[in-house]
Amino acid sequence: MTDQLPWPTLRDEERPARVGFFTDTSVCIGCKACEVACKEWNAIPEDGMELTGMSYDNTQGLGASTWRHVAFIEQSRPAEALPSAPDHSGVDVFSLAGQGSEAPGTTPQDGSELRWLMSSDVCKHCTHAACLDVCPTGSLFRTEFGTVVVQEDICNGCGYCVPACPYGVIEQRPGDGRAFKCTMCYDRLGAGQEPACAKACPTESIRFGPLDALREQAERRVGELQAAGVSGARLYGADPEDGVGGDGAFFLLLDEPEVYGLPPDPVVTTRDLPAMWRHAGTAALTLLAGAAAVFAGTGRAGKGTARR
Amino acid sequence: MSSTPTSGNGSEPATPGPWRRRRKGGRRSGRGEQTVVPRAEFTSYYGKPVLNIPAWKPANIAGYFFLGGLAGAGSVLATGAHLTGSPVTARALKVSSTVAIAGSAAALIHDLGRPSRFANMLRVVKPTSPMSMGSWLLAAYGPAAGAAAVSDLTGLLPRTGTAATVGAGLLGPAVATYTAVLAADTAVPAWHEGYRELPFVFAGSATAAAAGMALLTGPTGEARAARGAALFGAALESGATRAMEGRLGMIAETYRTGTAGRFSRAAKGLTAAGALCATAATRSRTAAVLSGGALLAASACTRLAVFHAGRASAEDPKYTVVPQRERLDRRRAGAAPAR
Repeated sequence: MTDQLPWPTLRDEERPARVGFFTDTSVCIGCKACEVACKEWNAIPEDGMELTGMSYDNTQGLGASTWRHVAFIEQSRPAEALPSAPDHSGVDVFSLAGQGSEAPGTTPQDGSELRWLMSSDVCKHCTHAACLDVCPTGSLFRTEFGTVVVQEDICNGCGYCVPACPYGVIEQRPGDGRAFKCTMCYDRLGAGQEPACAKACPTESIRFGPLDALREQAERRVGELQAAGVSGARLYGADPEDGVGGDGAFFLLLDEPEVYGLPPDPVVTTRDLPAMWRHAGTAALTLLAGAAAVFAGTGRAGKGTARR
Repeated sequence: MSSTPTSGNGSEPATPGPWRRRRKGGRRSGRGEQTVVPRAEFTSYYGKPVLNIPAWKPANIAGYFFLGGLAGAGSVLATGAHLTGSPVTARALKVSSTVAIAGSAAALIHDLGRPSRFANMLRVVKPTSPMSMGSWLLAAYGPAAGAAAVSDLTGLLPRTGTAATVGAGLLGPAVATYTAVLAADTAVPAWHEGYRELPFVFAGSATAAAAGMALLTGPTGEARAARGAALFGAALESGATRAMEGRLGMIAETYRTGTAGRFSRAAKGLTAAGALCATAATRSRTAAVLSGGALLAASACTRLAVFHAGRASAEDPKYTVVPQRERLDRRRAGAAPAR
């Protein structure tokens, strides 16, 4: 285990491996066991009981009280065959459903099939985490596992981490005021257990383990899928060279990231912070110089008037 | 359950499959607007924002920006007035800066989810967090500004008072501009993508506000410098705003439309009116008062415009997805021939 972290850590022999999630959405069945297990284990309060009409997604997105979120996307397009999957191309499930149980059989109409994408989203535990960088109290910290966790006894609810996150993960809980997000079950990790969501996932869509090993698994899996003709399969957040230095929780997606509500090219905002301070410094000096020039000008003029 | 996701307002055509929305290109003819054929559509997850929207209250955060700017630039002008023999203006600005910075800090604390834990802001020194740096800056600046005001009002410890005045005057520009870094150091498109110009917008707005305060409170005989500062601040803010909107491209829409657009237009009108009245401020007390009021109001409107533009740019996934997608496509197009 040699995943190099850009922050100071324990000595190598004391340091546990950096761990993470590999969420393989190609085998997600949308059961939401991860959402439930997360809520149960972490004792997260209820946060709304809305029926959204967004397919089976009534959770809507990650937030203070939603640390796993299963996205459902319904697409009507030519389906790509998965390995060993029976050929359903040409089956229009909606017309079948419309005919009820008396349906005479499959009625291919336009050669397209419903494709149902499901993906369990979670905090990415970025290598370069903006939420952690901007937190003014030190409440957010990097754990010995390489994950990012909020210390709830420190957080003063300034809310700065919320707009800093390029993925829209962390949020202040209404009524409480403090910021909350996935801890990757820090308590369970400390006891040598895997996080609740991964434990509950019945299809191993959510895999937990040392990040190095997960990245290797993911490369193999995406290769298999592409070889089987699933051209849309791609890894998201697996590249250590990306704008956030790679995600501790990364994904295998079957379509563009924005289809799932993920940013296509996220960048940690603090990458530009040195440049921001430089510009602010120049602006501050401009203010000072402008004021000095104004007073120098009026000072001379004033003296001139006084002498007259 | 519907097979076709439909938008919240029902105005967008719903297509089967992923959420796609037509992007209107060249709707506004602002400079820097891309008029080449834009991507016809972009995809999002049921039109949901990619980012989480900050729970910051507009009055608190825009107030924190505005009062911080008024205080910081006010200390600069107070120092100038103090050193060049405009005692009435100097005293008024020292007092206004002290009151403003106290108000700025109060607005920030009021906005915290846990106000009682405000002191945790000084728990660590963290250069990667503009809010941490700002807290320490305020911890140094606030007492200096306060000491300058108290010494001037009471006549006690005049040398310490002068030192505090100069100290606050030197820290003032940082107080007036760090809030721009605070806003820009986020994933909010309208703030982050404007990080080069936003500190200049804030510096100009702060200078105009402080000059407005000087015109409002100082005698006509001392108004010459305030007039100069007003014109300088107004020019700096206008120029920087124009440059920023040019750079922002499609994201500049968020500064021109909706609530932000209204505050933005109000700010521009008030700044122009304030600058115009300022030219007569050395002759007419009425002109000075009108100018001062307009410039202060303009600065508050500028901060509210920036706040609301940021919010609008975070709420619509278009402003997150389209620039990132274009950047990604450009990078891939650039990388492809090399392979």
